Amino acid sequence: MIDRRLVLAAVAALSVATAGSAAFAQVPSGKVTVVTSFSKDVTDPYKKAFEAAFPGTTLEVQNRNTNAGVRFVQETKANNQVDLFWASAPDAFEVLKRSSLLQAHKPVAPGIPAKLGPYNINDPDGMFFGCAASGYGIMWNERYTRANRLPDPKEWADLGKAVYHDHVMITTPSRSGTTHLTVETILQGEGWEKGWATLKAMSGNMRSVTDRSFGVPDAVNSGQVGLGVVIDFFAFSARAANFPVKFVYPSVSTIVPANVGIIANAPNPAGARAFVDFILSDAGQELLLMPAISRLPVNPAIYAKAPEGYPNPFKGAIGLPGFQFDVSISERRYAAVDVLFDQLITFNLEPLKAVTKAMHEVETRLAKRDNPAARVLLAEARALISTMPVTAAQAASDEVRASFQGSTPQAKAPRQAELEQQWSSFAKEKYAAAATKVADAAKLVP
Amino acid sequence: MTAIPGQIVITTRRQSVPLGQYLVAGSVALFLLLFLVIPVVTVVIVAFVDPQSGGFTLVNFADFVRNDLFMRSFWNSVYVSAMAVAWGTVFALPLAYITSRFQFRGAVLIQTLGVIPLIMPPFAGAVAMQLLFGRNGSVNLLLGDGFDINIPFMEGLNGVILLQAIHYFPFILLNVSASLANIDRAMEESAQNLGSSGFRLFSKIVFPLAMPGYVAGASLVFIKVFDDLATPLLLNVKDMLAPQAYLRITSIGLADPMGYVISVVLIVVSMIAMWIATMATRGRDYATVQRGGGGLAKREMKGADKIIAYGVVFLILALTLAPHVGLILLSLATVWSFSPVPDGYTMAHYGKVFAESPQFIWNTLLYATLAGVISVIIGSAIAWLVQRTRIPGRMLLDYLAMGALAMPGVVIGIGYLRTYYGVTLPSGQSLATFWFMIVIALAVRRLPYALRACTAGLQQVSPQLEEAAENLGATKARTIRKILLPLMAGGMLAGFVTAFATASVELSATMMLVQNTSDAPLAYGLYVYMQSPAGRGPGAALGMIAVVIVGLCTYLSHWLLDRERSGGVKP
Repeated sequence: MIDRRLVLAAVAALSVATAGSAAFAQVPSGKVTVVTSFSKDVTDPYKKAFEAAFPGTTLEVQNRNTNAGVRFVQETKANNQVDLFWASAPDAFEVLKRSSLLQAHKPVAPGIPAKLGPYNINDPDGMFFGCAASGYGIMWNERYTRANRLPDPKEWADLGKAVYHDHVMITTPSRSGTTHLTVETILQGEGWEKGWATLKAMSGNMRSVTDRSFGVPDAVNSGQVGLGVVIDFFAFSARAANFPVKFVYPSVSTIVPANVGIIANAPNPAGARAFVDFILSDAGQELLLMPAISRLPVNPAIYAKAPEGYPNPFKGAIGLPGFQFDVSISERRYAAVDVLFDQLITFNLEPLKAVTKAMHEVETRLAKRDNPAARVLLAEARALISTMPVTAAQAASDEVRASFQGSTPQAKAPRQAELEQQWSSFAKEKYAAAATKVADAAKLVP
Repeated sequence: MTAIPGQIVITTRRQSVPLGQYLVAGSVALFLLLFLVIPVVTVVIVAFVDPQSGGFTLVNFADFVRNDLFMRSFWNSVYVSAMAVAWGTVFALPLAYITSRFQFRGAVLIQTLGVIPLIMPPFAGAVAMQLLFGRNGSVNLLLGDGFDINIPFMEGLNGVILLQAIHYFPFILLNVSASLANIDRAMEESAQNLGSSGFRLFSKIVFPLAMPGYVAGASLVFIKVFDDLATPLLLNVKDMLAPQAYLRITSIGLADPMGYVISVVLIVVSMIAMWIATMATRGRDYATVQRGGGGLAKREMKGADKIIAYGVVFLILALTLAPHVGLILLSLATVWSFSPVPDGYTMAHYGKVFAESPQFIWNTLLYATLAGVISVIIGSAIAWLVQRTRIPGRMLLDYLAMGALAMPGVVIGIGYLRTYYGVTLPSGQSLATFWFMIVIALAVRRLPYALRACTAGLQQVSPQLEEAAENLGATKARTIRKILLPLMAGGMLAGFVTAFATASVELSATMMLVQNTSDAPLAYGLYVYMQSPAGRGPGAALGMIAVVIVGLCTYLSHWLLDRERSGGVKP
């Protein structure tokens, strides 16, 4: 029902909007090909509405996961047949932009501001455009939490509590641009050392760190895992499909844009530009409110048409970090943060979990009968776990960057595999040393 | 081989034969070169390039050995593969033996059901297994309520072993069944006349004679499990070799050679496994000259034996078909979350799939059939070259074709794009995205299955039969057509069925090559559905449709073969 009404509204609004500009713009026609990571739930309504708004066009949707999509565009650039790339992960667009696979465009998009909280909505060079936003938060399965007597989580820090041990799941930042943005936000918000300490405390409770973004909501939906760190629309669309799940934005969340960009040498540039403008138009933005899509419009005016209780990040419904997000820092240490997370956490999850669990147990005993010496040992253990093999400056240094850039000749840089081995064994040693301290502490409080 | 060379061979014919052999060998070599070697080399060459100087180096392999994660992954992969072979054997041998050995009602049905596990639709199979056997799956929820225990079927490597054994044991089943069917009854009767029976008869006569089939099947299981990335990844096990390669190759923004280094390691290990398998069956002659009734004497079971046999068959099938039972439930469920069975049932998902995407089904049938036929043709050509000719380099063809097993689908996909994207068809479309390339990719990826099955089939045919035919004046071509092909038909069919069934649900190479939805096969449609909560039901329904279609085709081919057999092979 709502579907058809929205589509009709979209068509009506757009035919008015295009009537004016058609005089000077090329009339789009023919096949418009878009590579996207979005599911059918998202692409089908857009395809219908776009084709209705521009008779004579067909939108050819190629569903690929983000990584495969980037690969495809890179490998086929000699004879490019793709007009657009449409996905969440900002890093995918950065990669395409750096390899000159995107072309600039000035979208006609009245009413879309430059910033949402501390984040830029559009690429400063006009290579890709934020077309929707999503907030990060915690999703949980109500049946699971009831059966395991878990309290409802509220804050990121809650996930580090003993009660949630082995009940939480997250995607690794190296496989999910959105998780990467969250990790980077924590690192910028709390600082390098403290940020990593928070991340490790949280990760010590993880059931697993997965490599598929959709793996997290999938596991929570089916009740295999209790809680997951996810983007809001995963939870909203799961609720729309009647799964017994709930979702909360912690008081400081992150906003992840969904982006669209035009591929360099697009075979149908007029069609590509029309599609970008369509997504950013009022009609295109309004489609985001459909329950199966549930993305947040980047045009603040659209929220007037949203159903009751729809989160409006422009009005503070999602707590945004108070600091200015620094894109250039993020860019310089992008690969280092991914690889650090994988080597210290993803591939060393077992020892990290074991020592975290042991610490929780000692803390429980300390709560009953205090012991200052044991507390000192625990603090030392915590310090050992948080220790990082590199400082913030080193992570962004040219030497470390060179290790991740493959063929760049940089005589002194270690190869990526060498560096990974160093970081991984560093973490392993620290976790083992921490485990010894915790074991000593446990002896003090029998 | 211990064959005695034919004695009355006319000299002129002897000279004309090699030309035909070279022609066959040349075509096969060209096919492999174009669609396997060149595409793969363009991708994995990075493994041998020094990131700093750009020259040739082996330093990346030294990095591999020095890296704890990679070595741990390596040994995990070896362990999981070996255990999967062990469990696969436990599932497969009783089924193969009971159905080939005894008058057994529904033997064809069991043979068919035994193949179904090979058709594990991507995503859906693992989701279904988690819902049944996961930490909060049906079984553990019921056990938790009743007895407060939780059995970690699906935790870590155990889950991978269980799922892989269930998934791939049909390789052993199919190949052992084909071998058993080819054993000469006279061998068994001679042993019985000499007083052997029961287990001794099985272990001394029947099993050794079926050895080529077992080795072919077991080596396939080992290699396939070693190289499979989908199952571990879906169970969130990342410290295995194939997932490591996949994760490194597909991580965007990083440019390091380790993913390709791991691919090379995968290929080398697979080839070593193949070589060991070849060594294990070399120097022995499995061929038998007589073709009596074909296969072991089938006998009636009595009383308790019958009950035990049916019980064993039922138990094994119940376990190995569990993922599909889960899949059926999932495809009919309204919501299934943290409960032993779904909240409610609906047919809506099937309605949605048939309304939205019937083209997926036709595409899949077309692609998988073509791929199966191509792989059987090439596979039997290679098997014939290896066993019946002395063409130099024939073993290389065998190893090359088997190497395809070790290539991650994504490497083949990228290789095809790199090699053929610049080639345009008369219509202006790029060759790499022409639908037939998906067929070729599937055929190349499934070629190892077909090749192993055809090799086993041919191994059991004595060359003396062909020599006899030639001595009676038949041409080489006529001999192949009238003698060889009918006798190895069982092996070829087993090859076709495995290639067809597994090609119908393959995703990784397809994912790179699919250019538009109208040309996409079912597995791609399934992927698209399974990326959203609302798509889980329709995705499972699509998976079920794949299983039913492939199951029917398998049943049909078994039935055809059975009819042919009972019609009698004319001497």
